[in-house]
Amino acid sequence: MYFINTMIHFFNRLSLKFYTGGISALLAIISLIGFSSASIASDTPAIAAAANIQFAVAEIATRFQQQTGLSVRLSYGSSGNFVTQIKHGAPFELMLSADEDYIDILHQAGLTQNKGIIYAIGRLALAAPKSSPLILDPELVGLTQLINDGKLSRFAIANPDHAPYGERAREVLKAKGLWDAVQPKLILGENASQAAQFTISGSTQGGIVPLSLALTPEFIKRGNYVVIPDALYQPINQRMALMPNASETAERFYQYMQSPDAQEVLSQFGFNLPVHVVSKVD
Amino acid sequence: MDWQALWLSVKLSCFTVILLIPLSIFVGRELAYRQFKGKSWLEALIMVPLVLPPTVIGYYLLVGLGNQSIIGQWVEQLTGQQLVFHFSGLVIASIIVNIPFAVQPIQRAFETIPIDIRDAAACCGMSRLRIFFRVELPMVWPGVLTAVVLCFSHVLGEFGVVLMLGGNIAGETKTISISIYDSVQAFDFDSAGMMSLVLLVFAVSALALTTSMSRRLGGHHGASQR
Repeated sequence: MYFINTMIHFFNRLSLKFYTGGISALLAIISLIGFSSASIASDTPAIAAAANIQFAVAEIATRFQQQTGLSVRLSYGSSGNFVTQIKHGAPFELMLSADEDYIDILHQAGLTQNKGIIYAIGRLALAAPKSSPLILDPELVGLTQLINDGKLSRFAIANPDHAPYGERAREVLKAKGLWDAVQPKLILGENASQAAQFTISGSTQGGIVPLSLALTPEFIKRGNYVVIPDALYQPINQRMALMPNASETAERFYQYMQSPDAQEVLSQFGFNLPVHVVSKVD
Repeated sequence: MDWQALWLSVKLSCFTVILLIPLSIFVGRELAYRQFKGKSWLEALIMVPLVLPPTVIGYYLLVGLGNQSIIGQWVEQLTGQQLVFHFSGLVIASIIVNIPFAVQPIQRAFETIPIDIRDAAACCGMSRLRIFFRVELPMVWPGVLTAVVLCFSHVLGEFGVVLMLGGNIAGETKTISISIYDSVQAFDFDSAGMMSLVLLVFAVSALALTTSMSRRLGGHHGASQR
């Protein structure tokens, strides 16, 4: 309070004219910010997409634009972070989650139009940088061998506490009886994409990553992978849902994600496709 | 190279500097010349953004300015535009985070002006406003310049706050540092390396330029003659 008084006193002494001039300049600048930002077209909806589908969804968005002339703005990040942001008013019109749980949370909070729909089923890969001594095989025999030889020093997965791909990686390691041995060697990625980046960084012997990322040319340049059998973990149901404020373009993209064209791209990036029909309406 | 993100960062830096520096000149001057109750608390408050992790500040701002907060709702009613996940929210966040970087050098500069000089100016019959513009401001100029450069480069590299508050929306809140983070996540190390290099070169040249300029200006106006 005293500080505010001093402030007013100072300004009074400094001349009132100067003061009001400053305030109006400030207001002008603030409205300028509003104006310049408002000019960004609102007909390109902002879409929140989990980092693990970034390559597939970028390709799908390109095809969508070619076919419809409409474009979308994709933001990549961790699904959990997006939930927090949407709860606090983030203007996303559609969220492509890495898992169903995050959509459920939003749905229960009344922040989505409905329960949404599963657009892809994520799969896991065991991967290693090119120089790694880890021998890759679907049943993780090579990894078991490396642990038994005491030669595993670093292994990357996404943080199982909040990343679905990390949680499923933990399931796989537990199913193979390797969890206790691997745990002290784990390097945890903030999300699945970071885990993949750690895996091919060369400072780990390997990691468990989304197959969709292991299939990208950038990944293959630096590492090798093998698909982990689906039976070793619960399916990663990637669900998407529209927000109440969704524009027509967002809705069309939502429909397009379910089209044979988009599903073909998802399949190319190693996703299993949802076979069952999920009701779109509550 | 994500030019849109770089431009957005530069724009954010400009807005922050334009709004923050006049405020900091005022606050820095008050802190240098006045003694008042709670001054150390105010100084501590100003310094807080230096020691708090940016994600913590980002979290507080997200909750404090979000559409569930009183301020957030008030601004949205008034302008029809929300603060978070919007460029204006980033400007407010950058101002708060950069207060210590702006106030500190300016306050130090004001402190180096001998009281005799201000007294002499007053004895000559100069008005307070005239003393401020003709005597004080030229003398604290190196401090102001340092503040400008520090804030500008600091905003350019701001990451944690933007990540929490921004939502990574292209053309709106996706700044250069977020774009670098995205490139790394997409294994696009060439692009990440390129953008990082641009920031590094900028930071080094800005600091070198300020150091040499404040040395020259300091020599002329005696800010270091205390």
